[in-house]
Amino acid sequence: MAIIEISHLTKRFGGLVAVKDLVFSVSSGEIIGLIGPNGAGKTTVFNLLTGVYAPTEGRINFDGVDITGWKPQDVVKLGLVRSFQQTRVLPDISVLQNMITGYHCRIKSGVWRAILRSSLKEREEKEAREQALEILDFLQLGDFHDEIAKNIPQSAQRRLAIGIAMATKPKMLLLDEPTVGMNPSETQEMIDLIAAIREKRGMTVLLIEHDMKVVMGICKRIVVLNYGEKIAEGTPAEIRSNPDVITAYLGSEESA
Amino acid sequence: MRYSKWLAYLILIVLLCCVPLVMTNSYFLYMAIIIGIYIIVAAGLNVIVGYAGQMSFCHAAFFGIGAYTTAILSTRLGLNFWLNLPLSMIAAGLLAFIIGYPSLRLRGPYFAIATVGCGEVVRSVLHNWVDLTQGSMGISNIPPPNPIVIGNLFTLTFDTRQNYYYLVLFFMLLTLFIISRIIKSKAGRAYEAIRIDDVFARSIGINVHGYKMQAFLISALFGGLAGALYSHCILFISPVSFTTAESTNMVLMVIMGGKGTLIGPIVGAFLLMILPEALRFLADYRMALYGLLLMLVMIFMPNGLVGVAGSLRALYRKKSVTSEKGVSHGHN
Repeated sequence: MAIIEISHLTKRFGGLVAVKDLVFSVSSGEIIGLIGPNGAGKTTVFNLLTGVYAPTEGRINFDGVDITGWKPQDVVKLGLVRSFQQTRVLPDISVLQNMITGYHCRIKSGVWRAILRSSLKEREEKEAREQALEILDFLQLGDFHDEIAKNIPQSAQRRLAIGIAMATKPKMLLLDEPTVGMNPSETQEMIDLIAAIREKRGMTVLLIEHDMKVVMGICKRIVVLNYGEKIAEGTPAEIRSNPDVITAYLGSEESA
Repeated sequence: MRYSKWLAYLILIVLLCCVPLVMTNSYFLYMAIIIGIYIIVAAGLNVIVGYAGQMSFCHAAFFGIGAYTTAILSTRLGLNFWLNLPLSMIAAGLLAFIIGYPSLRLRGPYFAIATVGCGEVVRSVLHNWVDLTQGSMGISNIPPPNPIVIGNLFTLTFDTRQNYYYLVLFFMLLTLFIISRIIKSKAGRAYEAIRIDDVFARSIGINVHGYKMQAFLISALFGGLAGALYSHCILFISPVSFTTAESTNMVLMVIMGGKGTLIGPIVGAFLLMILPEALRFLADYRMALYGLLLMLVMIFMPNGLVGVAGSLRALYRKKSVTSEKGVSHGHN
């Protein structure tokens, strides 16, 4: 069953076509890779899916609901959340507070309940705290929960950023180059973590990645973008031998 | 631990309640009232400036709208103070909605500039809508707040300085209480996320514009409340009290005290009300020295006085930790 269906998605910025007539879908529980050379429009696709940009044309269907043109906060609430290429955490507060901030969209009690300190608010805060600690353990960040976020190691901050996204209780995670700048052992840890997120947490993952080893190793299926258009889709083996992909990455023989 | 905290609060409140008994000088008591009112203003402004991180330079407009609403309603229509108080807050809230809805889509300095413009427009309206506000003549003969009467048993009037002090003290404590509760909730965390990284905040499902609006509205409501209290305290208001310079002064209270902290605005309001009075002996050089002091604080204490206190405490802790380590090393 497809969790997300993207049909004929197009985004124009003035004269520039960033994404052109993109069609693909992701099955529930799948890890899918989105690759392409720099400027291929991968990040624009993320911004379209999460409601940061409204598409010029086309529709996005997530979990049986047409979310085209939805606001970012509504998309997150429905269960589609992204992480960023740069590590984005709140640097000056504790790791646990970062995680609880991630629970924002799952906490119902607003300002009035906060002023009156209603039992619902207290219960929700307690639940958020417990679940946050549980996710931190899952990410092997349990020992860091009291530390200020900027003081923990870089690779731990990367996991925390994913943890904050997981705190929103998503059905699907969009990860933007989660292994960029990592050494081989850190990269392997991240690959294992993404696999565990799918297996133990049942989340679908859409991965933007430059490191071919990562994509080939973890994704069953890959979508390749070039100049905003899908030029190939298939298994890692198919992609590796696809002449269009090779041309896109290495340039054609004539131009070389 | 928890009890000792409450005990500390209780002692503080009792001490504050004793102020009028000790301070028999009417002028000092008047200053205490005005400081209390400005603490309400600064604490409210801290929500948008300190927590949500949006520099707003039109707070004197909310303060002014609050002051004028109750002044006009009580002098023209003879309405009850206790009705005017919420109406003043609503008027300030409405103004915040009108100003904030478009301008909070702007970021950083652009929002700040937009608020300067909006503040000037409000001041200009107060100045020129003579039929309603009496222009630069101002509104005089504002009555003191209506007494609280419970049957024949109990009557509380507010026509003395002493009782007015308690009125302001009550609202000041209420304001600080409400704001501290809001900050320790989902909304407070959302403001903080927006201040530090609004793209990140949006990505985890925080309605950035909505929460900026909420913070701005809360700020304005307390600004309106303080304005109404101001009106019934000094009993005469005119547009000169609600200029952009006044707005800047309010922002300074928040920044000098320490933005994004609960105590910061209290310290800042206290200092910026006292300082010009304390420097009065310098006569003509007073404002020059005042300006110099402000600049020095801005340069050397970007996190305000509370920030300095915080880093001193951190330094002390670090020292005591290292000296402890040194001792244990010695034993080894």
